[in-house]
Amino acid sequence: MPILEVKGLKKCFGNVAVLEGIDFSLQKGEALAIIGSSGSGKTTLLRCLNFLELPDGGSISVNDEIIFDASVPATQSEEEIRKKRLHFGLVFQSFNLFPQYTALKNVTLACELLAKDAADFKEDRKEILTDIENRAKLLFEQIGLSDKLYFYPHQLSGGQQQRVAIARALALNPDILCFDEPTSALDPELTGEVLKVIRSLADKKTTMVIVTHEMQFAREVSDNVLFIDAGVVVEAGKPEEVLLNPKEERTKRFLERYSNA
Amino acid sequence: MNFLTVTTKLLEGFWLSCIIFFFTLFGAMPLGLLVSFGSMSKFRPLKIISKGFVWVIRGTPLMLQLMIVYYGPGLMFGLTAFPKMTAVLIAFIINYTAYFSEIYRSGIEGVPRGQYEAGQVLGMTKTQIFFKIILLQVVKRIVPPMSNEIITLVKDTSLARVIALMEIIMVAFTYTTKGVIWPLFYTGVFYLVFCGGLTLLFGFIERKLDYFRV
Ligand SMILES: Nc1ncnc2c1ncn2[C@@H]1O[C@H](COP(=O)(O)OP(=O)(O)O)[C@@H](O)[C@H]1O
Ligand SMILES: [Mg+2]
Repeated sequence: MPILEVKGLKKCFGNVAVLEGIDFSLQKGEALAIIGSSGSGKTTLLRCLNFLELPDGGSISVNDEIIFDASVPATQSEEEIRKKRLHFGLVFQSFNLFPQYTALKNVTLACELLAKDAADFKEDRKEILTDIENRAKLLFEQIGLSDKLYFYPHQLSGGQQQRVAIARALALNPDILCFDEPTSALDPELTGEVLKVIRSLADKKTTMVIVTHEMQFAREVSDNVLFIDAGVVVEAGKPEEVLLNPKEERTKRFLERYSNA
Repeated sequence: MNFLTVTTKLLEGFWLSCIIFFFTLFGAMPLGLLVSFGSMSKFRPLKIISKGFVWVIRGTPLMLQLMIVYYGPGLMFGLTAFPKMTAVLIAFIINYTAYFSEIYRSGIEGVPRGQYEAGQVLGMTKTQIFFKIILLQVVKRIVPPMSNEIITLVKDTSLARVIALMEIIMVAFTYTTKGVIWPLFYTGVFYLVFCGGLTLLFGFIERKLDYFRV
């Protein structure tokens, strides 16, 4: 049983169809790399999974439960979506850390707000908050930034900010963690530290969807690769197949352009 | 014509200037927020009305607006005029609402979409996103332009004399008819002290918010 199943996902902006029926599924513990040229719809796909865009067609199931179906309006109320989106985490290309909070607070804020909604929060307030903080500190160990807990985002390098953003997404224990070109906004010498963190997550069998232009990295870290062009899945399969022996002409041309670049 | 009586007289005028100042702030700060929401609204009629209002008010002199509010009802409809202070406050609040709304709008629109989206994907409600993430960033963005505008307001209060409201400069001016000029200079001291205090206050707020960058 796949943890994530996406069927016929469609998205238009005005009358421009950006996603024209995307199908794929993902097993628990797997990393899926999504590649494709700029403008092919990769970001839009991740934004649909995280409900930053409402798909116009298709369905999304997590653990065999349909959490979104474009033909069932009941799955689209704001309150429903707010709960359902917690199945997913998203790491943005541009980090989007909250500038007025320390690195630690960036990671704990959402957990604290969720905990406040829980019934037992009033009695166990102190314990719950300490617990959230301790879990956050473990995450900082994982990303190798235990010495930067009380730094503000502007005091961190891009690579460090992105690692905090990864910890922030992990703090809510999403079933599926999505990355949208996590290293594209970084100076070349800073991409390594971020990729290292993602690689360590893959080693721990974190379920991930990674949009990336780092072909070498995609090959090493992913269990499956999806090549998207003009809003459709052109080719999908094991990284060795798609990246080294592509069958489709479009995939070949895309990869050629990348190896020349 | 000793120093003490002049000071007392000027203080009376300055008191009126202060009333104009504080009531204008008190009225225009919240109203400006309403108008800024109107300007950013997706509902087109509301957006057009708000933007039109801002365009007209910012595009015409406050002095003209003041005259229209005070003389307009009488000249156009034969009504009795508002009391002077009421007329001044109406004109000033309308005028500063327009300016403040633009400052708020640019402050709110300046917060990157990614800040809202980061909150959304973390499962926050709209209210949480606004109060926990957006608000402070907006405040930080609007403090410098607001402090400029508020210091301008201090000096604009002197325009009230065009409808013969006895604010401080008008008081000082009455002495010139007796050939005494120094009270006019003396009014400058009041403005300088008041604006100086505001400058310190805003500097303090800016330093308080200096621990992060937007
Ligand atoms: N909010 C939007 N409104 C209109 N067009 C959009 C919007 N977001 C994306 N697009 C268009 O959709 C296409 C795919 O964009 P995107 O998903 O960002 O591609 P990728 O991430 O693969 O580069 C592009 O042509 C882009 O211009
Ligand atoms: Mg993109």
